[in-house]
Amino acid sequence: MSGHEHRDDYGAKLGMWLFLFTELLLFGGLFLLYAVYLKRYPHEFASGGKQLNWVLGSINTVILLTSSLAAAMAVTSIQRGEARRTVALLGGTILCAGGFMVIKYVEWSAKFGHGIYPGSEHLKAGPPGESVFFSLYFLSTGIHGLHVVIGAILLGWIALKVRGGELNAGNNILLENGALYWHLVDLIWIFIFPLYYLIL
Amino acid sequence: MDQHQPHIVSNTKLIGIWLALLVLTALTVAITRVELGGYKVVGALTVACAKAGLVIAVFMHMKYEGVLLRWLLFLTLVTLAIFIGFTFFDVLYR
Repeated sequence: MSGHEHRDDYGAKLGMWLFLFTELLLFGGLFLLYAVYLKRYPHEFASGGKQLNWVLGSINTVILLTSSLAAAMAVTSIQRGEARRTVALLGGTILCAGGFMVIKYVEWSAKFGHGIYPGSEHLKAGPPGESVFFSLYFLSTGIHGLHVVIGAILLGWIALKVRGGELNAGNNILLENGALYWHLVDLIWIFIFPLYYLIL
Repeated sequence: MDQHQPHIVSNTKLIGIWLALLVLTALTVAITRVELGGYKVVGALTVACAKAGLVIAVFMHMKYEGVLLRWLLFLTLVTLAIFIGFTFFDVLYR
C-alpha cells in the first residue's frame, strides 16, 4: 500500500456486502408475498404463470448467467493488469444487460397488449388472485429490471475509469464492488425465473 | 483483517462454473416441464439454491473471503429463513 493515498479496500467491500444483504431482504420480502398469495390463490397463480413465456424467461436466464461470467472474468483480468480485456468484458456484460432489457420489453408489451397491467380494466374484472399475481409479477420483475439498468450504468462508468487507467491491478475495489452488485442482479433472477415462469 | 493478496480466480474455473449454471438451468426447465406435482416446486427451488450457491461462492468470491463476511452472509440467510419460516407457521396452520 502506497502511503500518499488513503484507501480501505476491505472496508469498502464490507460496506458493499452489507448493502447487498439489505437487497436480499428486500427481494426476500417480495418472495414472501409471492409464497403467501400462492397459498391463498393456487388456481389463479397457476393460470397466471402459464401466461408467461418460459422460453423468453429461459433465454433471459442464459443471458444473465453469461453477463455474470463476463463480470467475474473482468475482475480476474484487472487483477492480472489486463486493462483492455477488462474493458471488453465489461462491454460484454453491458451488452447482455441490453439484451435482457429488450426481451423484458417484448414480454411486458405483450402483456400490456392483452390489457394486463397494474390497475387495468381486464384485471379489475377478473378474479382477485389473478390481479395479485400480475401485480407481484410486475413489481418483482420491475424492481429487478431497475437493478439491471442501474448495474449496467454503474459498470459503464467503471469501464471508463479502467480505460482511463484510474482503476488498475493495484486499485480495483470499485470494479470488484460493481461486479458484486451485478452478481446480485443475477442471483435474484435465479429465483424469480423458476417462481414465476416454471413452477406454476 | 490484514490486507492480504487478493485471490485471483482463473478464467478456466469461472467458465467451468458458468457451464455448471447452464446445465442446472436446463435441468430446472426439464423437471418443471413434466408433471411431477408438488415435487417440481421442491426440485426447482433446490436447483435454484444450488445455482445461487455457485454464484455466491465463486463469482462473488465468498469462498475466498474471511470469517467476518461468511458469518454476515450466514446471519442474513438465517434472518430470511426466520421471517419466511415464521410467516408460514401462521399461514399454513391458520
